[in-house]
Amino acid sequence: MTTDLSDHPPFRYPDYRSTIKRSPDMKMIEIIRTLTEETGPGPIVADLSSEDADLTTNAGTGAAAIGERIIVTGKVLDTYGGPLPKTLIEIWQANASGRYTHWRETEFPAPLDPNFLGAGQCLTDDEGIYRFTTIKPGPYPWGNHANAWRPSHIHLSLLGPRVRSRLVTQMYFEGDPLLALDPIFNAVPEHSRSRMVARYDHQVTVPNWALGWRWDIVLEG
Amino acid sequence: MIGPTPSQTVGPYFTMKLSNNNVLIGPAVEGEPIRIEGRVFDGDGAFVEDALVEIWQADAAGEYAVSAGAGTAKFTGFGRAESDPTTGTYWFETIKPGRVPDPEGELQAPHVSVIVQARGMLRPVFTRLYFSDEMEANDADLILRMVPPERRSTLLASVARVEDRKVYQFDVRLQGDEETVFFDF
Ligand SMILES: [Fe+2]
Repeated sequence: MTTDLSDHPPFRYPDYRSTIKRSPDMKMIEIIRTLTEETGPGPIVADLSSEDADLTTNAGTGAAAIGERIIVTGKVLDTYGGPLPKTLIEIWQANASGRYTHWRETEFPAPLDPNFLGAGQCLTDDEGIYRFTTIKPGPYPWGNHANAWRPSHIHLSLLGPRVRSRLVTQMYFEGDPLLALDPIFNAVPEHSRSRMVARYDHQVTVPNWALGWRWDIVLEG
Repeated sequence: MIGPTPSQTVGPYFTMKLSNNNVLIGPAVEGEPIRIEGRVFDGDGAFVEDALVEIWQADAAGEYAVSAGAGTAKFTGFGRAESDPTTGTYWFETIKPGRVPDPEGELQAPHVSVIVQARGMLRPVFTRLYFSDEMEANDADLILRMVPPERRSTLLASVARVEDRKVYQFDVRLQGDEETVFFDF
């Protein structure tokens, strides 16, 4: 089964400048699947992993991170709509000010939060449901073009049951005015862009505690 | 069918979470220990200083560690490495994989499935590493035979040097002359 590439962004999208020299020119070669492609590292990596699903406290300082506390939950599904239980989701993100705890981040004069690492992970349950608690990340500037700002987003990585299930993506927040201006978001074909956008869900919101966002993830393979 | 979640770039900060897990061998792992190392190059021939390279491979018997009993598996077959920011080199300490059957019942040549991502890549590329000292098996390999002969060399890791084990070099060229063969499946 060949994957329909049209749901994904192209390799080269010149409005996102760094793609210009890092995108293949040649056509992908279509191959049949062997046992190598029919398997994948997701199940065994999940077997060896445990949850670290509260990014508001996992810095281990004994104090909570600053910012808008949120809960993000949803299902991880295959393209037939079936749940993918015991799937690891690895997460990294900026803090409430839009600042990453990464050594490459030296340009943006926004404060670090000593109580926020910005990294964590969670596992889906038997019904494919995941849930993590974090701080809503702030937007941040980047050097792609004049006055360029990334919309608020959370980076996520999933391995899945087959090699082709590998997914690295970014989750965005419904209603963000920066989405319309972001070349990374807009590199995705219009019909599938909304699949990267979490919706506010008052049912998920915990009274006197945290606002709830719902987002499902669909893996190929 | 429902549509897949679209891919987005791994960006420049992935090592906050996706850090090196590139030593796959331990005392209880059977097989020939090898080192795989290389660099990822862009269309200007400059090394990619922030690449994420992941591998999936069979054990020495040609079997994949899948979920059944995986908690006790000594060899997961999965590795993850970031390129060194100053040299661009990624590396794995692993074992030479055994031969895995193809759908026609023949044995494939030893190979490693490789996934490469980086800032500036909106999607991953999928390729396979084969071993240049397995030419007889390579010539008969079902997948390699789907690759035009003049491009097959981009998939061959060669022995760069021998320390206490063979060190195979596998460079990935994202674009330009000698662009690595990437697969869709
Ligand atoms: Fe980001």
